[in-house]
Amino acid sequence: MELLTEPFSHAFMVRALVCGLAVGAVCASLGVFVVQRGLSFVGDGLAHAAFGGIALGLLLDVSVAHAMWVALPFTFCTALGIAWVLRSGRVHGDVATGVFFGVTFALGVLLLGFRSPDRAIVSVESILFGSILAIGQEELVVVLATASVVGLALAACWSRLAYATFDAELARASGVPVARLDYLLLGLTAVVVVVSVQTVGVVLVSSFIIIPAATAGLLARTLRGVTLVAIALGTAGAAVGLVASYHLDVASGATIILTLGAIFFVALLTRRAHG
Amino acid sequence: MCKRFGDRVVLEDVSFTIDEGELLCLLGPNGAGKSTLVRVALGLLRADAGEARCPASGVGYVPQTKAFSRTFPAKVEELVTAGLRGRWPWRVRASERAKVEAALAQVGAAHLYGASLATLSGGELQRAFLARALVRAPALLVLDEPETGVDVGGRDELASLLRALATERRIAALIVTHHPELVARVADRVVLLDRVVRAWGTPREVLGSLPGDASSTPPSDPRAGPSTEESA
Repeated sequence: MELLTEPFSHAFMVRALVCGLAVGAVCASLGVFVVQRGLSFVGDGLAHAAFGGIALGLLLDVSVAHAMWVALPFTFCTALGIAWVLRSGRVHGDVATGVFFGVTFALGVLLLGFRSPDRAIVSVESILFGSILAIGQEELVVVLATASVVGLALAACWSRLAYATFDAELARASGVPVARLDYLLLGLTAVVVVVSVQTVGVVLVSSFIIIPAATAGLLARTLRGVTLVAIALGTAGAAVGLVASYHLDVASGATIILTLGAIFFVALLTRRAHG
Repeated sequence: MCKRFGDRVVLEDVSFTIDEGELLCLLGPNGAGKSTLVRVALGLLRADAGEARCPASGVGYVPQTKAFSRTFPAKVEELVTAGLRGRWPWRVRASERAKVEAALAQVGAAHLYGASLATLSGGELQRAFLARALVRAPALLVLDEPETGVDVGGRDELASLLRALATERRIAALIVTHHPELVARVADRVVLLDRVVRAWGTPREVLGSLPGDASSTPPSDPRAGPSTEESA
C-alpha cells in the first residue's frame, strides 16, 4: 500500500496526479469521437501545430510556460482549417491532417531558428516530451478549468455528436447541426491538445487521445460503454503510469503512454482469444 | 422542382405526387438527380425553384446502410431510439422501450432488440433502419437504394414488408432503386428520372420501355395524381 501512497507525500506528485487524471479523462472523452470518425491522426497533427504555436510564442519573447496562450489560437485556427478542408470533401482526413501537420511543425522549427541567440535557451525536448512533474499550481488551475469546460461541452453535445458520428446525413435529416459539431469537435480537441502538451508533450499527447478510446472500442458494445471505459482507462493509465515512473525513476509522460499501450495490447489479445 | 449546381442542371421542372399508401419507385442512371431529389425532399438541400411538400407527420428516411461504419459500437434499440429522439441515446428510457419494440415488431425484427449492429446481416440491418424510420409513425417513407447489401432473399422480404406497410397501414414510400426486379415486385408507379422526368407510369409501362433507349421514352405528365401526399 505504501508503494501507492508514498509518491503522493510530495506535493509535485499530487499536482501531477490531479493533472494526469483530468487530462486522461478529457482526452479519452474526445478520443471516442476522434477514433470513431477515423480521425486518429488529427490529435498528432494538432499536437505538432501546437509546437508551431509555442515556437511563435517564443519568437514573440513569451516564456515557455506562457507560450500556450499563443499556441492556443494558433492551434485552434489550424483545427478549424483541418475541419474546413475535411468538410470540402476534396481530400481524405489523413491527407488534410498530414498537410497541416507538416506545415505547422516546419513553421515551428523555422520560427525557433529566427530567435535571437541572446535569448534564453529553450529545451525543445521539454516541449516535445512534456514534464508533468514540473506542473505548477497556476498551470494546474488552467488544466482543470480547461478539462471542466471541455468536459461540460462534450456532455452537452454527446448525443448529437454521437448521432453525427454514426451517420452524418441521417443526423442532418433529424435536424442535428452536423457542420457546427464538426468544427466544435476539432476546436475542443485543439484546446485540449495545447493544454495537454504541457503534461505529456507534443509527441505523446495524441496517444492520450487515441489509445484509451481505441482500447475501449475493443471492450464495449455501445458508444456509452466505450465512453465510460475510455475515461476509466485514461485516468487509470495516468495514475498507474505516474506511480510506476516514480518508482522506476523514468520519464513519467512516456511511462503513462506505455501503460496505456500495454492495456491496449492486452485488450486486443483478449478480444482475439474470445473471437 | 429545379436544382442546379453551378452550370450543371441536375433537376429540371421535375414534378410528381405520391398518394397515400402508394409505393413509388424512382429509377434512373447514375447522375440522374435521384439523390439530389431525395435530399431536397428530406430538407437537406434547398431547391432553386419549387419545393417538396411532405406530410405533416414527417418523413421516415432509410439511408443506404453502407453509409455508416460497421465498427460503430451500437445496438439495434439505440438506432431505433435515435429515430425517435433525433439524437443518439445515452440510454434507452423505459418510456421509449415500448415504442422501439413496436417499431421492430412492425418490420418483423422484434428478436433483434439487444443485438449489436455489427453482427447483423444485410437484411436484418435493413429492417433495423426501417424500424428507425417507422418509429415516429410517418405517412411517407423515403428509401435510398434499400437493396444495397441485401441478398435476393432479403430483397424479397423487403418487398413484402413494404407492400404490407402500404396495404395495412397506408404508408406511402418513395423508393430510389437500381433494381428492376424490386420495382416490378413492389411499385404501384414508377418515375424514370434523368434530370427531367423521362417516363412515368405503371412498372409494366416504364420497365417495358427500358431495354431500348430510356431517353427515347416519350415523357408523360406525372402531375395528374388524384391526391397529393408528397409533391416534388
